[in-house]
Amino acid sequence: MNGRDELDRFLRTDPRDVGCARAMDMLHIYVELVAAGGPAEQRYPGVAAHLSACGPCGEDFEGLLAAVRGEEH
Amino acid sequence: MVPVDRPVREVAVTAAPFDAESAEWLRLLAGTGPEREAALERLHELLVRIARGEVGRRGPRLRITGPELDDLAYQAAADALLAITGKIGQFRGESRFTTWAYKFVIFEVSAKIGRHFWRHPAVPLDAEDWDRLPDRFGFDPAQQAECRDLLTALRRAVNEELTPRQRDVFVAIVLNDVPLDALVLQLASSRNAIYKMLFDARRKLRAALDANGYLRADTARPT
Repeated sequence: MNGRDELDRFLRTDPRDVGCARAMDMLHIYVELVAAGGPAEQRYPGVAAHLSACGPCGEDFEGLLAAVRGEEH
Repeated sequence: MVPVDRPVREVAVTAAPFDAESAEWLRLLAGTGPEREAALERLHELLVRIARGEVGRRGPRLRITGPELDDLAYQAAADALLAITGKIGQFRGESRFTTWAYKFVIFEVSAKIGRHFWRHPAVPLDAEDWDRLPDRFGFDPAQQAECRDLLTALRRAVNEELTPRQRDVFVAIVLNDVPLDALVLQLASSRNAIYKMLFDARRKLRAALDANGYLRADTARPT
């Protein structure tokens, strides 16, 4: 990805994005659905859009998913 | 529709009957005496384990190492335990109890890492070095000449289109590489409010660049 593409990606906003507060409210539900292989992105497109755009919330998602998957093994 | 502005329920989530393990956690934590103490101790051990795993996962990207990482994990676990016991009445069984509880310790790790940033900030908050802009988006030197007009237009849009608060957030996060959670602390704000400010700034900047033909039309719309 070159600089122009990266800038383009950064400036792109998704109107479905639910924001941090709602995404974090839902995070435990969303993570369990992902961990179970369920259709999380289809069921919660606004949460998925947010997690892919917001670095800190995306990091929290990865962390909780790793914690839940660690429990399963 | 701009859901960032107002919460929207995508699929109704209703309280579910608790699974057996979650119900047992709730029973023990709602109790009293040695049984509750033992449950709190066990939950704390789980939270410490999750916190250590999380700081270990994030550690390579942080300027925190060794005992400091371990301290951070223990503090996060202790604060998460307080939050969980304080909010246990809000657990509705939409997930396993432990998943809900682990969310608190992950949030605490994030908040503590944000706080740690200000101990040794890489740049002062009020710094404003626009020469960093090409690097921040990965323009290599050959591209920088080619894209000089685009970057000049971006800077002009930042100065002319954004509110002072949006501009401050853009400069801190994009130019100065301040983590969003660290900025939240500095501005005594919330992650949601700062994200919303940056979201609106991104939308305005895209519109300004798009209107002046600086971005390709085929990539200018949200997917």
